[in-house]
Amino acid sequence: MVGSRLWELFLDSFGKILLPGLTVTIPLTILAFSLALVIAVIAALVQFANIKGFQQIARFYIWIFRGTPLLVQLFVVFYGLSRVGLVLEPFPAAVLVFSLNEGAYCAETIRAALEAVPSGQLEAGYCAGMSYLQTIRRIILPQAMRTAFPPLSNSLIAMVKDTSLAANITVTEMFMVTQRIVARTYEPLLLYLEVGLIYLMFSTVLTKLQRIGEKKLQTYAHKGG
Amino acid sequence: MLEIKNIKKSFGALPVLKGVDLQVNQGDVVAIIGPSGSGKTTLLRCINYLETADDGTMVFDDESFQMQKVSKRDVARLRKKTAFVFQNYNLFQNKTALQNVTEGLIVARKIPKAKAVQIGKQALDKVGLSDRYDYYPSQLSGGQQQRVAIARAIATNPEIIFFDEPTSALDPELTGEVLSVMRELAKEGMTMLVVTHEMNFAKTVSNKVIFMENGCVVESGDSREFFEHPKEERTKAFLQTIHDTMSLAS
Repeated sequence: MVGSRLWELFLDSFGKILLPGLTVTIPLTILAFSLALVIAVIAALVQFANIKGFQQIARFYIWIFRGTPLLVQLFVVFYGLSRVGLVLEPFPAAVLVFSLNEGAYCAETIRAALEAVPSGQLEAGYCAGMSYLQTIRRIILPQAMRTAFPPLSNSLIAMVKDTSLAANITVTEMFMVTQRIVARTYEPLLLYLEVGLIYLMFSTVLTKLQRIGEKKLQTYAHKGG
Repeated sequence: MLEIKNIKKSFGALPVLKGVDLQVNQGDVVAIIGPSGSGKTTLLRCINYLETADDGTMVFDDESFQMQKVSKRDVARLRKKTAFVFQNYNLFQNKTALQNVTEGLIVARKIPKAKAVQIGKQALDKVGLSDRYDYYPSQLSGGQQQRVAIARAIATNPEIIFFDEPTSALDPELTGEVLSVMRELAKEGMTMLVVTHEMNFAKTVSNKVIFMENGCVVESGDSREFFEHPKEERTKAFLQTIHDTMSLAS
């Protein structure tokens, strides 16, 4: 029976695809996204605070990484840089590129959120005797991160899926493992649907986490009226 | 205690303050009144350096400052001796009522947390919010928020509190609860400089009134004298309009 053979293949490969999902895709995502957030907060703050020089650097960085394809960036860093003697292992190369790429997008998200905090909050901080940095850190940034939470969750979910591009620089993540199984079994429809399903599972978990997170942040949400 | 001389401020080509003088002594409650656009709020904001004046001198606690070129350090020092209550409260949205009050104590004045909490609770008790310590601003009414803002102001034990139209965003009932807190403060001898549209407050609580129009002081002096025997024609006309509006309303 064709049906039972496919079903067996499905079950058999499920664990094989899920495993690199847990050991590569998820660590890659967590590492890269954490770094991306750090980069993004810095790039957003230097723009928000109008720090001369740094502001231009941040804009230039965002311009480059938003303006070129992610796949091209992966190739430049992994294959290209080895030409000038900078040889990176696949996984660190992927972390580097994903964090820089995502950082550029998240920087704009966070900058917009910083600018959405009413200017009276900063003035109130001054009048309470706090310095600019103290007010930013304790009052403005926490409020901005609350505003930025839904779009940042969006970016995180997008990144989980984008990590499949790392297969192109020989990172043995879920998609590469799936391709290998396809090459052996000639069942592309089943297996690519299967890996898609696993990505969907990951995204679903993140969507749920986003809901929970938003509810927690809701405590001091602005209400109308 | 606070003396301002010849303060000037323009926004672009538009002059907003055209050389205003002002004197506040300890224990004074000074009301700044006048039509919208007369520069009252700008005056207050310049005094606390939320705006930088184009010209003017300030004497605060016998220390003299050129207002257009005050160092950041001096501004920070001055602000720690003063407090500001905004028209739209400007409570820290991500902090509870109590945290709003203690934030400036813990972060800016390095007071130990336990002590700050104690001071914060006292301040909130004083404005009648002992049951609202852990509420976020979004869970409070406008009047309650403004009272938290006043608690935040008094907790730092300032030498003077600046009020920028503290009741303008409130309906009459809530206005009452905020004004009664301010009345209490005045009784205790708190020095206050209040930009207001509340003529009743200016009349009954403040001991000095400054009437501004078009960036200039039209008339100033003792409250009773000001309301009962205004000298300038413009002041008389202004008070007459307010009187008419009030009788229309009642």
